Amino acid sequence: MRAPLSWIREFVDIPKGISANQIAEGLIRVGFEVEEIIESGAGLTGPLKFSKVLTIEEIVEFKKPIRYVGLDCGEKDVRYVICGATNFAVGDLVIAALPGAVLPGEFKIAARETYGKVSNGMICSSRELGLGEDHSGIMVFAEGDVAIGSDAIVGLEINDTIFDIAVNPDRGYALSIRGVAREIAGALGLKFTDPVDVLRAVKFESTGTGVTAKIADPATASVFYLRTVSNFDQSAKTPMWMRQRIEKMGMRSISLVVDVTNYVMLELGQPLHAFDRAKISGGLTIKRAGKAQPFTTLDGQVRQLDADDLMVCDDKSPLALAGTMGGQSSEISESTTDIALEAVRFDPVCVAKNSRRHKLSSEASRRLERGVDPCLAEFASARFVQLLTENSSAKHVATVVAGEPRYVPLIDLDPAFIPKILGMEVSPKEIARVLRIIGCDVDEKTFVVDPPSWRIDLLTPSDLAEEVARMIGYDKIPSILPPRPNHASLTPTQKRRRAIAAMLAARGLAEVQTFPFTNQETIDLMGFVGERAATYRIANPMSDELPLMRVHLVPGLIEVAARNISRGARDFAIFEMGSIFRSSQKLISGISPVIGSRPDAKTISEIYASVPPQAFHVAGLLVGKSEEDNWQGKASAYTWQDAIAYAQDILRLCNLEWSIKRSDYAPWHPGRCAELLVDGKAVAHAGEIHPRIIAKYGLPERSVAFAVGLSVLPDSQIVRPTRVGTMPAAVQDVALIVDAKVSAQEVEQALRKGAGDLLESITLFDRYDKIGDGKISLAFTLTFRASDRTLTGAEISALRESAVAAAVKATGAVLRTN
Amino acid sequence: MNPADIKRWIAAAEAAFTSAKDLDELKSARLAHLGDKAEISLASRALGAMPAEEKASAGKIVGEGKAKITESLQRATTRLEADRDAKVLLEEIVDITLPVDRAHRGGLHPISIIKNEISDFFIEQGYSVEEGPELESGWLNFDALNIPADHPARTMQDTFYIEPVESGMVLRTQTSPVQIRSMLEHQPPIYMICPGRTFRADELDATHSPVFHQVEGLVVDKGITMAHLKGTLDNFAQVMFGPDVTTRLRPSFFPFTEPSAEVDIFFNGRWIEWGGCGMVNPKVLQTCGIDTEVYSGFAFGMGLERTLMVRHNVTDMHDIVEGDLRFTRQFGVGL
Repeated sequence: MRAPLSWIREFVDIPKGISANQIAEGLIRVGFEVEEIIESGAGLTGPLKFSKVLTIEEIVEFKKPIRYVGLDCGEKDVRYVICGATNFAVGDLVIAALPGAVLPGEFKIAARETYGKVSNGMICSSRELGLGEDHSGIMVFAEGDVAIGSDAIVGLEINDTIFDIAVNPDRGYALSIRGVAREIAGALGLKFTDPVDVLRAVKFESTGTGVTAKIADPATASVFYLRTVSNFDQSAKTPMWMRQRIEKMGMRSISLVVDVTNYVMLELGQPLHAFDRAKISGGLTIKRAGKAQPFTTLDGQVRQLDADDLMVCDDKSPLALAGTMGGQSSEISESTTDIALEAVRFDPVCVAKNSRRHKLSSEASRRLERGVDPCLAEFASARFVQLLTENSSAKHVATVVAGEPRYVPLIDLDPAFIPKILGMEVSPKEIARVLRIIGCDVDEKTFVVDPPSWRIDLLTPSDLAEEVARMIGYDKIPSILPPRPNHASLTPTQKRRRAIAAMLAARGLAEVQTFPFTNQETIDLMGFVGERAATYRIANPMSDELPLMRVHLVPGLIEVAARNISRGARDFAIFEMGSIFRSSQKLISGISPVIGSRPDAKTISEIYASVPPQAFHVAGLLVGKSEEDNWQGKASAYTWQDAIAYAQDILRLCNLEWSIKRSDYAPWHPGRCAELLVDGKAVAHAGEIHPRIIAKYGLPERSVAFAVGLSVLPDSQIVRPTRVGTMPAAVQDVALIVDAKVSAQEVEQALRKGAGDLLESITLFDRYDKIGDGKISLAFTLTFRASDRTLTGAEISALRESAVAAAVKATGAVLRTN
Repeated sequence: MNPADIKRWIAAAEAAFTSAKDLDELKSARLAHLGDKAEISLASRALGAMPAEEKASAGKIVGEGKAKITESLQRATTRLEADRDAKVLLEEIVDITLPVDRAHRGGLHPISIIKNEISDFFIEQGYSVEEGPELESGWLNFDALNIPADHPARTMQDTFYIEPVESGMVLRTQTSPVQIRSMLEHQPPIYMICPGRTFRADELDATHSPVFHQVEGLVVDKGITMAHLKGTLDNFAQVMFGPDVTTRLRPSFFPFTEPSAEVDIFFNGRWIEWGGCGMVNPKVLQTCGIDTEVYSGFAFGMGLERTLMVRHNVTDMHDIVEGDLRFTRQFGVGL
């Protein structure tokens, strides 16, 4: 919303000493962000004269058209200037900058010789004067618009300060000069004169029959003023001052009727629409379109109406998309003499829906969907008639009203509530004073507050608390810390996640965060099937390439790895922690209990249950070499063992015990993937990525990955440590020959079982697979210790033999003797 | 036994030991002055043949002399060993500036770091850190926060919806549904923050991302006022941006707070919008079954990416979301 200071001054007495910055600071303080202060006319000094074009000499020998123009600048002699624009004719009035003038950008005007002529000044475009970006041509005026030889800086009110203000959605009233002026007055403690006050006294005589007005459904509009005027003469021009103001607001001057509707909307905030009476059949009714049908709006677009669209219709057909845009069929044209002027307080939601359905946001809909002061239908339409009849031959015929304004209810305020919520002393007297500034009526005995008609956002004591706070100033509220609760800490789950992330980061993995979106091709390529492939689809995805929610973290890591490789990285390790979204339950229709009181327990639990569980995972991807090559030697590549070790380290960090088995599990290599189980449940997978995927993404061969489902891990139990034994340990090595198909884990478990409770630890220290015959050798170190005595040689031998015997029995192992 | 002889022997030994240039020479000197054939040793042996009355005093003289020579040897040994060590260690010097760092450099994502930092600050203040699902019920994400069905934020231009659309299921547009869950699950006093990932249907550009992070805070207790909100934000801002930062509240509008405000910070010489805040709208409290006659509350919310960008002068959102190692590694595991 723009607000020129010259226009604001009509309604607020702003003393000379108050600067534009002070006004902007005041606006910011009361909640209006000032995005820009435009100093119109900055860097512009005269003489700048309205001048009449007397002669035009076309000079044709140059690449572009050049004119040598004779001007009447109100001087004794004709003044000649060179001009490169061609959008004016003899008899037009233009603005001439005379020698000595300085245009914005320190462009000094002087008499000079050019194109073989002496140019004694310059004819100006609006951009050259710093009035806008329009460089399409020079500014042209008609005879009678302005006085020849008069000062254009004064005539166009060029020297002005224009505030560009952001208006919050609850403050629709401030999308008008009236609203902004009131806020400035309130913020700076100045007197405000409401332009509506003078309009209350304006009455028009009925001289005939006007077009009738009807509201079919009071829920769609409260009040409808329809004023009919006749005898309009299209030759009437928009007065200069009005045209200038409209242009300062960033709109274009079009014709007197359109300009007056826009001017009144900008001044008061009420959108108006003018119909050509001759094109109305019967009367006007506000009603729904009722059925789908084509409708051509003023912008020439044919739109397919929705049955639910709110329209202004005549007896035959829809004429306007209510509050949004008029229709072409009833548009004011050059032959229009009689006009029906509509001013309606539409229901904001209806207008918002119209605007949204047709992707059509207009100056009118922007205001109406925020809610317009219901009393304005009357006064804004009166202002229209006033301005139109003053500036043309038009005559008021009749005014027809349907419905009546609906106002916001009274608010019962406990004045003690305000200091209680703001945390600062505010006396009831001060509350009343401040609320009156914003237009409320306050009964200081009962503290019943009657909000002003334009403040449809004021409904509760909390709303009034905000008004009091912002008018007193948020900066006056003290800064105090709230009482401090007794204790808090991260939850065990949160601590666990942090520890895992810190461990991975410290061990050389860089954390990444990827968008949790994917597509079917990726899911298929990864080899996910069944419930691991099922996911949720986004109805309006960011891109059609990524319409699905991710089902695994590794694909995202692969993408990031590929990106890093494309940027020159070779060897690295990355990890991500985050949710995955496998579709574990069908989504039910939304449950939407009314708000304002707590829904019953059953409804709440249904809402909770309607949200599918979203598993939280950590995954890592290790590509290339596990270290940097350097002078010490070549580094070795990451292997499947590294991936499994990371997965195990995560479980170990959580103090969990696990078993491990080989698993054919996407997206891993079917022969090189470990599944880690806790309490018999698979919680993690690790190993080499499937070669097909590696090839597809161009990752280094044999890149490896791990993934751990953190949300399925059981809680860590409190540690109850066994005493540390101080008796000497006995170390025994055994080497066993087993079938290559037998896993190391099976052999180890058998040894453990056979060795019994005195076994303290067991380590595989050698694996030899060059024996042939489908056999391998596994060599283990067994450490025995008793807590109460030194083990004897005989005991140790017996323990070792027992362990070996168990392995022989369970795995068919043979003790290696050489 | 002539004491003068012993004195001479001591002096001779001392001279020999001192002049020894290395441990080998010292060894020869030791044999000469303290070995079996050395005069002091011979004298010592001769003591046995002495009459008992002389033996005591002579033994004392010889013993003392031998001790002096031994001491002298010890000093020389220490000196020459040190000389030898110094020489050997000098030969063993290496270039310790050689690059030894072969391990890949890991690190936390800066958003994680900032999230941890914020969590630690509020935990220290007695708040809990709450979490909630990213795919969330529309009622918890919108309705319960007093955002009506026809609100512009609920359109498909702003919010990602999950099929079927009738489910009302959305990718949460804010972490506020976690506040609602907290209030539905616990009675006040409630002191919580909820950092987490959020979604808006924005195109990825230098300052926007469809996937980003917020941290919101909620306090509901007896006698909570806007002054408490201000105090908390002042404290929080100083922890995030340093002790010199100043904050400013500007009146604003959010459906879930009343009064509402934008929080600006004055940082690096200019005012920057940091987040939104306000007193929890009584309608929201009532929807969660909280007695507004007894309790009031405040809430605030900030973007983590924005906080990161402002504080660290990160100028392009792409660096935060693309996962380029060169970006992340700059942050290490802390700030």
